[in-house]
Formats: sequence, C-alpha cells, structure tokens
Amino acid sequence: MPDRAVFFQRYGVGLALVLLIIFNLAVTPNFATSQTLAVNLTQVCTIVIVGVGMTLVIATGGIDLSVGSLMAIAGALSPMFFTGELFAAPLYVGIALGIVVPIIIAGVFGLFNGWLVTKFSIQPIIATLVLFIAGRGIAQVSTNGDLQVFKVPEFQAIAIGRVLGVPFQVWIMLVIVAVAAFILHRTVFGKQVLAVGGNEAAARLAGVPVTRIKFLVYAISGLCSGVAGLIVIAMNSAADANLIGLGMELDAIAAVVVGGTLLSGGRATIVGTLLGALVIQLVRYTLLANGVPDPAALVVKAGLIVLAVWLQRQEQN
Amino acid sequence: MQAISKSFGGIPALSEASLEVMPAEIMALVGQNGAGKSTMIKILNGAYVRDSGTIEFDGGPWTAGSPQQAQRAGISTIFQEINLIGYRSVAENIFLGREPRRAFGLLDWKKINDEAAALLARFDVRVDVRAPLEHFSTAIQQMVAIARAVSFAAKLVIMDEPTSSLDEAEVDVLLRTVRQLKAEGVSVLFVSHKFDELYAVCDRVTIMRDGKTVAVTPMSDISKLQLVASMLGRELDEVAKKGATAFKGGTGNVGGELLAAKGIAIGHLVRDANLDVRRGEIVGLAGLLGSGRTETARAIFAADQRAAGDVTFDGAATRFKTPAEAIAAGMGYCSEDRKSQGIIPGMSVAENLTLALMPALTRSGLLDEAKQREVVERFIKEIGIKCAGPNQKIRELSGGNQQKVLLARWLCMNPKLLILDEPTRGIDVGAKAEIQSLIRRLASDGLGVLMISSELEEIVEGADRVFVLREGRTVAEFDHENLTEGDIMRAMAHDDAEDRRQAEGASTSA
Repeated sequence: MPDRAVFFQRYGVGLALVLLIIFNLAVTPNFATSQTLAVNLTQVCTIVIVGVGMTLVIATGGIDLSVGSLMAIAGALSPMFFTGELFAAPLYVGIALGIVVPIIIAGVFGLFNGWLVTKFSIQPIIATLVLFIAGRGIAQVSTNGDLQVFKVPEFQAIAIGRVLGVPFQVWIMLVIVAVAAFILHRTVFGKQVLAVGGNEAAARLAGVPVTRIKFLVYAISGLCSGVAGLIVIAMNSAADANLIGLGMELDAIAAVVVGGTLLSGGRATIVGTLLGALVIQLVRYTLLANGVPDPAALVVKAGLIVLAVWLQRQEQN
Repeated sequence: MQAISKSFGGIPALSEASLEVMPAEIMALVGQNGAGKSTMIKILNGAYVRDSGTIEFDGGPWTAGSPQQAQRAGISTIFQEINLIGYRSVAENIFLGREPRRAFGLLDWKKINDEAAALLARFDVRVDVRAPLEHFSTAIQQMVAIARAVSFAAKLVIMDEPTSSLDEAEVDVLLRTVRQLKAEGVSVLFVSHKFDELYAVCDRVTIMRDGKTVAVTPMSDISKLQLVASMLGRELDEVAKKGATAFKGGTGNVGGELLAAKGIAIGHLVRDANLDVRRGEIVGLAGLLGSGRTETARAIFAADQRAAGDVTFDGAATRFKTPAEAIAAGMGYCSEDRKSQGIIPGMSVAENLTLALMPALTRSGLLDEAKQREVVERFIKEIGIKCAGPNQKIRELSGGNQQKVLLARWLCMNPKLLILDEPTRGIDVGAKAEIQSLIRRLASDGLGVLMISSELEEIVEGADRVFVLREGRTVAEFDHENLTEGDIMRAMAHDDAEDRRQAEGASTSA
C-alpha cells in the first residue's frame, strides 16, 4: 500500500480540520468568535454522540441503521414524564425519569438489534433496518403523531444551558467521546470489540464472547441514540416523532467513515469520528458562509465520503 | 527477471533477485518464509510494482499493471487460498469476467457449461460444472483454478503452494496436471515446501534466501540435503545431524488420562470418532482430507456442536457450549487455517498473543498493559518469535512467526490440552523444526497434545500414539514403537482402492 495513503488515512482528517480552520480564519468574516464555535459545535453534537455508538458497532463489522428512529422513540417518550401528561410528579423527578427512562428504552431497542444480529445471524444492515422502519412508527404511535410542545427550562438545560460559556450538550458530547475512546483503547472489552471486527472466527476460537460483545455494542449504540434524541427535543423545546433524528444514520456513518474507522471492522477511532463530524460540518459551514448554496455543499460532503472510502481502499490493497 | 528489488516501508523484501523460466519448463521456487518468493511472484503478475530491475516476458520487456492484465498477457497465478467465488458454479468461475455471450448481451449458458466441462476433462476432472464451486473439495477447486488459467491461453502458470491443502491422491492428480501443462508447452513456476513434489515434476530449481536468489540448478543435480542447506544458508553436515523432523522419540513420562472422546458424530462428516490423550503425551490424528480430523477436533473444543458422543476431559464428562468454556476448562486449539481462523491481522503481536488471556490481565476492569507486555516479551524470548516488537502488526510477520504467536496465545494460558491442527503447515523449514521441538518440550512438561497433520513423517516421528480416521470413523490406533508411514497409509487408504474400482466399474458400465 502506498505510504502516502496510509498517512492520509491516519492523520488526514485532523489535517483537513486544521486546514479548514486556517482557511476560515483567513477568509470567512467573523469566524474567530465564540458564536461561530458554539453554532458549529451544537450542529455536530448529536451526530458525534450517535457516531460514537456507530463507531463501536462498525468496529465489530456491523452497522446500525436504526439510530435515527431510536432517537425519535427516546425524544417522543421523554416529554410525557416531565409535562405531567402521564402522571403528576415533582418537576425534577419528572425530568429525571424523562431523561433516564427513554435512554434505557432506546438501549433495550439496541439490545433487540443485537438479538437479531446474533441469534438469527441476520446481516446487521437488514437487522437494524427493522427498527429503522418500525422505530419511527413506534414513536409516532406513542404520541398519536402529535407535536408535543413544552417549555421546561430545567430540562432544556441539557442542550442549551451553558457551562464555562460552552453549551452543556457539547460537554455531554465530550464526556461520551472521552469515555468511549478510553473504553475502546484501554479495556479488554474494547480490544475484544476490535478482535471481533478484525476476525470473528478467530476471536471466537480464542474464547472472546462474540455474542455478548455484539449485544453490547448495539445496546451502546441505542443508548447513545437515546441521549441524542433528548438533546434534539431540548433544543427545539418540542418533540416531533416525524422529524427527530431523520437521516441521522447517514450523518453518523459519514462521520465515522471520514474519521478513519474501517467500515469492514477491526480498526476504529472514536476521536476520528469526532474530527470527521467536525470536518463535514465545517466544510458545509465554510461553503455557506462564503455564499455557496446548501445543495452544492451536499455534493462536497458526498465528495468527502468518497475520498475517505477511497483512502480505506488504498490501505486494504 | 533481473536484479529485482522491492521494499515495504523501508524494509527490503527483495534485493537484486533474479528468476528465469524457459518455455515449457517447470521451475521450482523454494526458500524459507520471508525469503521473497511471494513478493517475486506478485511483482511478476502485477500485484506489486517493483522498485527497480528488469523483466522480460515472451520476448519483450514486461511490466504488468495488474493481475488481470498479466492474465490476459498469458501469466496466470494460482494461489494457496483459492480466490474464486464459492457460490457460483464451476463453469461460471472458469469464465468469470469473460463469459461467452449471445445477441443482446445474453449469456450463452450452453457454451459456458460445455466448454468448461471439456476443459476440465483435459485434466481428468469430471464434475457437474453447473454445481456451485464450494460443493467440491479443495483439490477440485484447485483444478478449476488451473483450468481457468489454461483457458486464458496461459504461457506461464504460477502455482503458489498448490498442494498445501491436498491429500496424497489429490497431489498426484495435480502433479499430473502440471506435467500435462508442460506437454502443452506451458511453463510453470512451482512454489512448494514439499520436496518430494519438486523432485517429481520440476526441471530446475531457483533457491531464494533473504530477498536474494542464491542458487539456480537442475533439480537432478541437487540433493534434498543440499536444498535444505542452501535454503537455510547453513553448512551441510550441520543439517545432516538432524532427523527429518525435530521431534525426538517418545517421552516416557506419560501420565494418566486427560481426554477421552467416544463415538463423536457431526452431520455426515464424522460418524464414530474415538480417541484419547494422556497427560504429557503427543497423540497424532491422521487421515486423508475429508476424513473428519478437523471436525472431530473442533467438536472436542466446542467450536462446533457434536450431534452425538461423549467427551471426558480432566476427569469429568463435559458438554461445552462454546470454545470459551473449553478454554476455561484448560483446552487450547490452533486452527489449521492461520489466516482466517487464527490471527487478527490488523492487531499487534501483543494483542494477538494475549487475546485469550486478556480477561485475566486486568486491574480494576482495565487492561493491565504492563502485565501484558511482560507476558508478551517473555514468550517472544522463550519461543523465539522474530518481530520488531510487541506492537508490530501480526500480518507483517512470516507464517512461522505468526504460528508461534498463536501457540503462545495458548501457552500463556497454561493449558492442560493443546489441539494443534496442522501446526507446521505453510511455514519454512527452520520455523518448522523450532515448533516441532517446542511441541515435544511442552509434552515432556506434562501438556497433552492432540496433533493433526497431513505430513506423515510428522505423525510418525512426533506422536507417541496415533489414531487414524477414515470417513469420519476411527479405524486404527498405533503406538510410536515400530510405527511406519506405510502402517498409517494402509489404515487411511483401507478399502479406498476397492471403492474406486467399483465406482469406475459403475461409470464404465453406465
């Protein structure tokens, strides 16, 4: 394999990010403001959070198409707890339940994905297609398809509150990224995830609990989707089961791929996924801020993905 | 090919190597793993681009841009792992990518199937060419690959260890095919670790070592001993002191029963396999391809579930559901297929070596990397794994060193029983001897070893006892004393000749 391709594969996404920042500092007006930073970061938060779970799934050689629908389920269920629609509870109890229960439910749906993938050996892309389709339906049915509008600042703080001037959701994202990167690289579980993706048959013969690992990565992906779903409704102060997380699976996969995680499994980088999402966002921002219309920006985004996949191919050859 | 050089990431794989094959010549290419044979082949067929050197082919300068281009120009390569498409039919595989077409681009199925059958008939292979390739044995698949090469009007066929997964009867068929190619004016570059085959078919031999061509000589002018010496770069008498394998006799301190498997059955492959292993004993498991050796071993290790039979291990009846349970009880299993069932190619030596041990290498839930490093470095030193360090990717190691890492994966677990499926397949002579003497040493320390091998000398010299499987049944048990290769072959082949005569009789009368 050409060494240059390996270099770009490994550091390309970081390099691209630095170049984009330099370019914007030079060209785009008002780029170096905390406002711009906050806008760009909040745009990628949910993508990165979902992308973390997606990275782990892809690291095992799988894929999770259901993430957007699981976001919708978590986002649609959450308001019922703190708007007092289901039952009257003290506000903070309601908020706590409105956060914890939907995330757990999304995690359980993730386990369902893992169950389909492991027990029936269904290809992940098909197995998770089930909830991609059914999940949004479940979200819509549970809210009768209604838009739930609410104004609960105590809950919305998870998205729009600020700590040290940075939106709280960015902190959530950073913590999730840090914890996941640590798990992937420093724990036995992380190594086993990569082993399963690198060579499943060999991993199984070496006693790696392949089934359990797969269950867990899909569950983690579900949990991450749940968190992202809550952030979306907190930002919008409304829950619309039709729209929460729409198209998220593709944004997340794009971030993972551009970040340098191998789609076939076995090599993964959580920080890469963060950088990948930032690069995609910043490219779009750069084009928009400099007068290029959004449809054209989409083409550039597609180009980025093609480039990332091409680099992966170079390494495999 | 003259003065060919090639480096990977600064490490030279070839330095000024040369290779010459005459028309209608069968040239052997030998060398230890890492000598540069594969790199040489891949440069010739366009998979790699050379750094320097010149190549002439068919009377002109030659540079292949890709294996496909090489194939069209008349250089076909048949790899150790057959890279055809298992679920497509035999005929489709032969014509893959250039299927005869009729009007409107429709495939001409009749022509495809007829021509495929005719082509295979030239090599005495008579199979249903419409059946999926994967339904056939490795040998048949290999013949299909050769037929495919010939159908490209190949002038040079490169065979990279074509016989490594064939049994002896199949090897004969393959060698006959190689001679047939020569008779038709095709040149063959034959890479193999098995000397008998080289002497049987090759005209000349090119010996490579450390990326250089060290000798080119007619096959009839060089003895096996000289060949080995030349490959290893050692003096003749040094080699002469060694036996054919590095196993040394029976141990004499065999202990009590460790494993007993009775009446193992899985599908139609294994019907009634019986064997037992005692502590400190190397038990050989012999049989032709398709005799159910590997399947029996996998059932004992719970890699596959057995349909029937009892396994007693370490004094208790067992019914493991997963390899993890077998491992916890004290078993280890090295698969015959290093690449697809052994190594995790993208992971480091350290990660591969401790893959099974890892859960025990934790401190408050985290991987204890200091402890991991300690284990890895101890084994690198103890069994002589040649690598740049614990963090080198295992895929960059030679086959022999990969195998040592996989052995160490189990040894660091302190197992009671190690099941070794073809422990020395596809690795060079030096590493082979090291692994053989390591196995013997481990057995003298009390480890029970169940060793599957296609190489009879390995079974005969290495095993304290031998079980022979035929068509999924244990048909013979031998002690090391006075055992000959003939005994085993007779047990493996028993009735086979009779069956074949009957089958032939049936087909001629039909």
